[in-house]
Amino acid sequence: MNKQVNQKAWFLVLPVVILVAFNAVIPLMTVVNYSVQETFGDNVFSWAGVIWFEQVLNSPRFHDALLRQMLFTAIILAIEIPLGLIIALAMPRKGFWVSVCLVLMALPLLIPWNVVGAMWNIFALPEIGLLGKGLNSLGFDYNYTRQPLTAWFTTVLMDVWHWTSLVVLLCYAGLVSIPDDYYRAAKIDGASAWAVFRFIQLPKLKRVLTIAILLRFMDSFMIYTEVKVLTGGGPGNATTFLSIDLDKIALGQFDLGPAGAMSLIYFLIILLFSWLFYTLMMRNEAQ
Amino acid sequence: MRKRSLLPIVYIFFLMLPIYWLVTMSFKTTNEILGGFSLFPQDFTLENYAKIFTDSTWYSGYINSIIYVVANTLLSVSVALPAAYAFSRYRFLGDKHLFFWLLTNRMAPAAVFALPFLQLYSAVGLFDTHIAVALAHTLFNVPLAVWILEGFMSGVPKELDETAYVDGYSFPRFFVKIFIPTIAAGIGVACFFCFMFSWVEMLLAKTLTSVDAKPIVATMTRTASTSGYELGLLAAAGTLTIIPGAFVIYFVRNYIAKGFALGRV
Repeated sequence: MNKQVNQKAWFLVLPVVILVAFNAVIPLMTVVNYSVQETFGDNVFSWAGVIWFEQVLNSPRFHDALLRQMLFTAIILAIEIPLGLIIALAMPRKGFWVSVCLVLMALPLLIPWNVVGAMWNIFALPEIGLLGKGLNSLGFDYNYTRQPLTAWFTTVLMDVWHWTSLVVLLCYAGLVSIPDDYYRAAKIDGASAWAVFRFIQLPKLKRVLTIAILLRFMDSFMIYTEVKVLTGGGPGNATTFLSIDLDKIALGQFDLGPAGAMSLIYFLIILLFSWLFYTLMMRNEAQ
Repeated sequence: MRKRSLLPIVYIFFLMLPIYWLVTMSFKTTNEILGGFSLFPQDFTLENYAKIFTDSTWYSGYINSIIYVVANTLLSVSVALPAAYAFSRYRFLGDKHLFFWLLTNRMAPAAVFALPFLQLYSAVGLFDTHIAVALAHTLFNVPLAVWILEGFMSGVPKELDETAYVDGYSFPRFFVKIFIPTIAAGIGVACFFCFMFSWVEMLLAKTLTSVDAKPIVATMTRTASTSGYELGLLAAAGTLTIIPGAFVIYFVRNYIAKGFALGRV
């Protein structure tokens, strides 16, 4: 669509700008302030330069949390995106069952995040939870409060349970927007199911898949509440992802300087990845 | 065809298992839960629910949550409507940068903002009010609402606007009388997503409140830690938080899938 240039449009955007600026710029500047200052309490601050940034960037604790976070996000994307796509492809396109499927699948998305954590906590308890008891009676040695590996397994399973539906809904929306004629033409040409997927469905899904991957990347990179309630970052530090580590430093120890520096680094990492990903996908589309 | 529909069924079964477990637990007594493993409540009780509906510290949590969620949804969508119109119809200085800047706020981890928010809202005297939480949640809901609405509005042909102006409509009258009814579905989807993200968020809601506006999600965490492990009560409170969501999904089920698909990246 050809848009006309109209500087007065700024007036329409103004309320949003004021509201978001109040909420985003002021707190962000507060964080920037902390990150370059030192305090000994009593609201006395002194200039500290970049020592907190150096400290955070050089600390093994931050490296470990970042590594865990990246591994977690990579696993989440590797499972949820293909799984969501496959389920969307297998869903019925018309009729009564579509509504039933959509409503049931959307349900986990609307449960408060701490309830999701609490729900999985009791679902996975080794003695009295359905999952924990089930796995133990099948002969697996499962106790997510003690073993790092099973804690990871439970966290990933919880996230797959919680968010795969979003990918399904998005892919499904993309699939129903493909006109029937495309399929008919493919049938006349004798195209295989794989060819239909590769040359008709996948190109049409590119746009929604971009949104799905971006949203899942951002949200899994920011995961906090669910893991906090499920494992509390433990056992040990096994599931201490970036947000949980940040929370420990900022609200647990009140080390405002390092927390501020870490916040900024954290935010910049998310921005950088999102921008890179966005640019790459857009370049593909342009070709 | 048969084999294909098996996968969604298995998936939905997997989705329902933890929910089933939560619901069964809510009908058990704490003794039964801690006493051992049982698939169904042996000793069916409504005591957990009775406690929530009679104790004001519990049920006021639900009321508080609903107040700020509704306030946030109304606020987010009403400021996002004109902005989305501007993005979908006009080019202006810095429009693309502004759009990206708005979206970056969707990427800001709540953990980063929790402490500064606490100080900001204490400084302006809004701490522990519903307005504080409703305002704080606009941080991620306004960008999302703009994003969704812009997608829907771009799907409406520009001729609609032009015809209306030729017919002598002023901009505000055209916007309210003609444009808003045209994109009603989009507004529904935007409201749904704002409701959803405000309803499920806990960290900011918990940080910005203490007594008067304490949301149910915060009530749950605090009660669980002070009075030991009252799992039955926790399960009942959790079950009740699912209901508003289920109610909302039912109304927008035909539009949810379209919501993001039409939005531009």
